[in-house]
Amino acid sequence: MTLALDTLGRLESEAIHIFREVAGEFDRPVILFSGGKDSTLLLHLAIKAFYPAPVPFPLLHVDTGHNFDEVIEFRDRVVAQHGLRLEVAKVQDWIDDGRLEERPDGTRNPLQTVPLLDSITQHKFDAVFGGGRRDEERARAKERIFSLRTAFGQWDPKRQRPELWNLYNGRHRAGEHVRVFPLSNWTELDVWNYIEREGIELPDIYYSHQRDVFLRDGMWLAEGPWGTVRDGEALQRKTVRYRTVGDGSCTGAVESDAADIHAVIAEVAASRLTERGATRADDRLSEAAMEDRKREGYF
Amino acid sequence: MSDLLRLATAGSVDDGKSTLVGRLLYDTKSVLADTLDAVHRASADRGLATPDLSLLVDGLRSEREQGITIDVAYRYFATPKRSFVLADTPGHVQYTRNTVTGASTAQLAVLLVDARKGVIEQTRRHAAVLALLGVPRLVLAVNKIDLVDYDEVTFARIAKEFTAHATALGYTEDAVVEIPVSALAGDNVVDKSANTPWYEGPTLLEHLENVPVEEDGTRRADGSGLPFRFPVQYVIRPRTAEHLDYRGYAGLVAAGTVKPGDEIIVLPSGRRSTVTKIDTADGELTEAAAGQSVTLLLADDIDISRGDLIAVADNAPTVTDELDATLCWLAEKSLRPGARVLVKHGTRTVQAVVTELRDRFDEQNLSSVDSPASLELNEIGRVALRLAEPVPLDDYSFSRRTGSFLVIDASDGSTLAAGLVGAPLPELTGLDDELVAAEGTP
Repeated sequence: MTLALDTLGRLESEAIHIFREVAGEFDRPVILFSGGKDSTLLLHLAIKAFYPAPVPFPLLHVDTGHNFDEVIEFRDRVVAQHGLRLEVAKVQDWIDDGRLEERPDGTRNPLQTVPLLDSITQHKFDAVFGGGRRDEERARAKERIFSLRTAFGQWDPKRQRPELWNLYNGRHRAGEHVRVFPLSNWTELDVWNYIEREGIELPDIYYSHQRDVFLRDGMWLAEGPWGTVRDGEALQRKTVRYRTVGDGSCTGAVESDAADIHAVIAEVAASRLTERGATRADDRLSEAAMEDRKREGYF
Repeated sequence: MSDLLRLATAGSVDDGKSTLVGRLLYDTKSVLADTLDAVHRASADRGLATPDLSLLVDGLRSEREQGITIDVAYRYFATPKRSFVLADTPGHVQYTRNTVTGASTAQLAVLLVDARKGVIEQTRRHAAVLALLGVPRLVLAVNKIDLVDYDEVTFARIAKEFTAHATALGYTEDAVVEIPVSALAGDNVVDKSANTPWYEGPTLLEHLENVPVEEDGTRRADGSGLPFRFPVQYVIRPRTAEHLDYRGYAGLVAAGTVKPGDEIIVLPSGRRSTVTKIDTADGELTEAAAGQSVTLLLADDIDISRGDLIAVADNAPTVTDELDATLCWLAEKSLRPGARVLVKHGTRTVQAVVTELRDRFDEQNLSSVDSPASLELNEIGRVALRLAEPVPLDDYSFSRRTGSFLVIDASDGSTLAAGLVGAPLPELTGLDDELVAAEGTP
């Protein structure tokens, strides 16, 4: 028993409150779950929010097909362990039937938007939990905890509502939905400190390991179904870990010896690069890259 | 002492607020290398000799193009002493809307003034809104002190004028601190400035690190504790073999504390019971306090659902279907008497009619106008509301979390107003007299 909540206790309490508000006010919520660290944390908080009852929402993974095997194995294990329902929307299916076209650069992160919106429409999801945090990127600093999306999944800055006290307004018209971000007020360091405190298991690739990687645009990329080295690039064996996990074609590893959670926390605390700047090629495209993608319906 | 401070910033356009926030982030080393590189690059592209720290916080493309901020942005920084969640509220247009939003969760607000201009009308308006919303503490950052040659007399005059105004709004002197700063040069933001040897107070960051803060719902302004309040969010019924008869009421403690054995009353039904267990995923608690998300189990099997309020039996709020409230109107469409709206209070949403517009706070003259024809965007006024069903209400000045509500448009779902039960500044009507008196202070 503790009376005074510390920072992590407050953040946990706020996230649990948000999960319960959504359970109380929406008909068909869903949690976006990729097996990455933020979505694993999201699921952990959802489980705590409804304990001892099961989580009253299914999970949705928009699968680029450019996955790290360890992450998919982890995803499926977690789903089975907690008896959850997982929907998978495969970008490949959209490419195969012509609804989407592969990009010249081979990156599939931007292609996730259409399968995500199609799945939301198909399943009539009205609340979609994401792991977005306001400290990640400047365009997210103004994101609401309850973020209204139009019937086209778009984020219209003018229709976003002021968020007062801890009263969330989730009202929406038929066909519209609300993106909900329970981790809005967490920083990257809060996430790692909480993962340590709660003993939350993550895919191994978040910790240092040996991997064959090659340097492109200042990032260490791995080989995979998404492609391999081009002329002038060479595979090298490096000790690396991942700070974020997304589409393998544009998620870079960082050189690191941090083999366990304590070492990772020390490294994050000392790091002088934001996690997106360090590891996501798609955010480097332009200063307003994230703002543009958010308007289109990406997170 | 709390290790988290939620604060809001407010100031007029061009007071250098973005630069001050950028300076706080920069000097606390909360800006990482790649972000800083981008700012250096963008500053150089614009032909600036030194990095423009306001670029660290001006986020959306439209505001970068215009060089102004358009909405509340949240910033995070930390020192070894405390973590900070900063609501950065812009000052130029829709200022009340933004200030109200930022202030609703703030434990402290930093108001900026330009040392060359001193306390201006907008400073007084911002302070009035912050007082209305019950922000417990104020800091006046007297910025651009370098542009008045670090003049002690100028600072002292501004500080005195502001203290008088804040006192008129109900702040005690120890709740208000004035600090001479230069956000651009860094004087007294994080490090003590050699340019202001006459200033003996803390730097802005020192003050933010050391100021006492209380969790919302823990204590009243006079230091006494608040009675227990618990809006029920969700009923947890696992219906599994292991938890066949489990029936828990999930929620966040809005005010006060609760222990097993406490007598409670469920509102609006008025049924009574006893708390048998405070449950969490980490095990049972012997006590829960304001701010904690828990699940309560009761001795009696009574009908309780989302929207009900559980309160301590011997100090419960009034249940009523008529209320007087102060509204901060946040929508483009105006409010007229007879308007049908939704009121979201705690976890309950009810239909309501605005039966009367009593008065409107005239911000131009810092006075009040009786029986206005309408309430427009960014205006604050007192109204009478009739609710479709009775709701348990506390006065906002008594309990911030259970005395606040949203006014929602039933047709498009937009949030129309921030509602405060009662008149947290009864002086809104008499405010003009006190402010005139305050302004008359040389």
